[in-house]
Amino acid sequence: MRGRPHLHTSYSSDQALMPTTTKKVVLAIFLVLAALAPIASSIPFYPDFLGHNDWMKILSHVAVFGIGALGINLLTGVAGQVSLGHAFFMGLGAYVAVVFGSPPGDLWGLGLPMWIWLPMAGIIPAIVGLLVGPAAVRVRGLYLAFATLGLVFIGEWAWRNLKFVTGGAFAGRRFPDFQWRVWKEETPVVDFASDGVWLGFEISEEAKVYLLMLGFLVVATLVAKNLQRTRTGRAFQAIRDRDIAAEIMGVDEFRYKLTAFGISSAYAGVAGALFASFVGRQIPETWDLFLSVEFIAIILIGGAGTVSGALMGTAFVIVLPRLVQDFTEWLSGIIESGEGTLAKVADVVVAISPDDGGVINTIPGVGPGLSVFQLNQILFGLLIILFMIFEPLGLYGIWLRIRNYWKGWPFTY
Amino acid sequence: MTVEFFVAGFLAQTEHSQLAGAIVSGLSLGTIYALLAMGFVIIFKATQVVNFAHGALATVGAFITAGVAVELNFPGRFLDVPPLLGWSVSVLTALVLSALMGILLERVFLRPMVGEDLFSVAIVTLGMNVILMTIVTDYIGPDPRSMADPWGDAVADLGFVIVAHTEIAQFVVAVALVLLVAAFFRSRTGIAMRATAFDQEAARAQGIKVGAIFAIAWAIGAVLATVGGIFGSVYPRRVGVYSDTALLAFRAFPAIILGGLDSVVGAVVGGLSVGVAEALAGSYLNHPWFGTGFSGIVPYLLMVGVLFIRPYGIFGTEEIRRV
Repeated sequence: MRGRPHLHTSYSSDQALMPTTTKKVVLAIFLVLAALAPIASSIPFYPDFLGHNDWMKILSHVAVFGIGALGINLLTGVAGQVSLGHAFFMGLGAYVAVVFGSPPGDLWGLGLPMWIWLPMAGIIPAIVGLLVGPAAVRVRGLYLAFATLGLVFIGEWAWRNLKFVTGGAFAGRRFPDFQWRVWKEETPVVDFASDGVWLGFEISEEAKVYLLMLGFLVVATLVAKNLQRTRTGRAFQAIRDRDIAAEIMGVDEFRYKLTAFGISSAYAGVAGALFASFVGRQIPETWDLFLSVEFIAIILIGGAGTVSGALMGTAFVIVLPRLVQDFTEWLSGIIESGEGTLAKVADVVVAISPDDGGVINTIPGVGPGLSVFQLNQILFGLLIILFMIFEPLGLYGIWLRIRNYWKGWPFTY
Repeated sequence: MTVEFFVAGFLAQTEHSQLAGAIVSGLSLGTIYALLAMGFVIIFKATQVVNFAHGALATVGAFITAGVAVELNFPGRFLDVPPLLGWSVSVLTALVLSALMGILLERVFLRPMVGEDLFSVAIVTLGMNVILMTIVTDYIGPDPRSMADPWGDAVADLGFVIVAHTEIAQFVVAVALVLLVAAFFRSRTGIAMRATAFDQEAARAQGIKVGAIFAIAWAIGAVLATVGGIFGSVYPRRVGVYSDTALLAFRAFPAIILGGLDSVVGAVVGGLSVGVAEALAGSYLNHPWFGTGFSGIVPYLLMVGVLFIRPYGIFGTEEIRRV
């Protein structure tokens, strides 16, 4: 219906993934631009820095955490079951992947190809999720948050002690590379773990991994988005909104809560496996409570219950530390380069030498100021609080307001 | 990172009863959990806030105490007083400061969230936890801050068991605080707090200053957390405040759940039983099969077990669910 995007004449148009042409076009352009990021320097008007290896890593990180965020969003945002156990399932997925994917050696490893270890990293956490699910379904609301918090601590103990799988506390082990093999042959069919030439372009290792992660993210997003439109997805939302009412309407609460746990754990497992392999080496302490909190924060900052919110939240939370770092470097550059009002203001904010006062300290461990890492932590905490107080719908809510403003313009309602 | 408060706090009990030693250690650990749990439950009942920042309150509180007692050297710098009296004055000063911090946090971050659902408010406290812990970790740095407590590492041999002087002090203080809290709930303000816990709007309609009640609840919570943090940072557990004192509170969460989120009695019972269970596990379950740090997860295993049988804890009230 041209010009009237909200006039739906059939159920299928109401439920369509891409209800308007604009949405289709914008998404297509966005995806093409995202896929072209590795060759940013050869495209005019494209921000050059995105193609650099460090930014490729950040974008891959966004994609991997995006998959994890979609998982916690399904459980907490869509089905309303608050879980702090996401880190446990991510760790489980990562260690399943390493057992299946790493070559045999001192530590356990079967050396199987990626098309086996990656699905297994989803399947086994899903099974474990279904096993602990019945206990979790009995517990409601905040008691569930505490129970899953226990899961993270129990998991941490297990990871530290299963040395033959995890490499032990503070030591860790290497995770399998992204290499596509048919079976155990020497040279992989597609190697994402070394630089190479694709379609005439020099593609670095980081860029290859980024493209792979982007592909996984697109698939994960499609699955999550479609799941919300199915009977299962509607059942999840009914349970979130009022579990007793849902039960009276005939929604099998036990079954759907269990399903939500299973699917969310599978997402977490895959995200954990990809994250561990993408970083290369992980210690058991990675999968701690802070990781779970980070994911809860991601979906709340993005907007709980929405797929686009989960992705926006991920991008925001992962990219922000880099921006803060760039900003402090820019400020220290100003101080070093010269005089002027700006340099004086910057001098108050940033300390560049041990005896220099400043809120932010560019030299770690010296002086009373905060390091860039600590500043990021504080910003992270502050953002959670501010979003909860001022914009409970998160970035998605901000986007809705902007969109509605232009939709109704020049009217304010 | 695991921190084994119990193992750190286990005195060498040669020629003494292993069981009695474990139980005494467990009770002393348990009183710390009970203090933290009690503060948590009071805050939860009175203000409907699930405070994930309780560990941060304990750490910051203990840090303030160390600051007042050592860096500021108050009141020692002005008066020549006996160590126990001087230290008590330092602690009381620190408790006042902690209470003010609790009130301030509630006023700034949690008052705007009144009436929101429990989960949203809980997330705000998670954010508070991140901020407070980052700042206090930055201040503490890599070296622990000494508490300068008057007992040091002195121990008393009771024949069948060895008890540290700090542990005796801790039992006395904890019992006194529990009695104080019990008395408080019978006072006029305490009754007003119980009314607020029952129904905030109705309490307000009766002329109770609900905002003041919130402030008092946070002050009590912060004070109890600080006392817990102090006793978690002295011999035989620690040699001073580390930033991981906050983990004590995460270990106290099972105690809270065990007793029920909304039961003060449950907090005390839960705290003591979790402490004893952790100490017994640390003392007896040392077969290599259990790996390292098993005693640290005993509270969580206990919690999961209890939740499976009683989803609302032992003393918690079951939520009445309506459509």
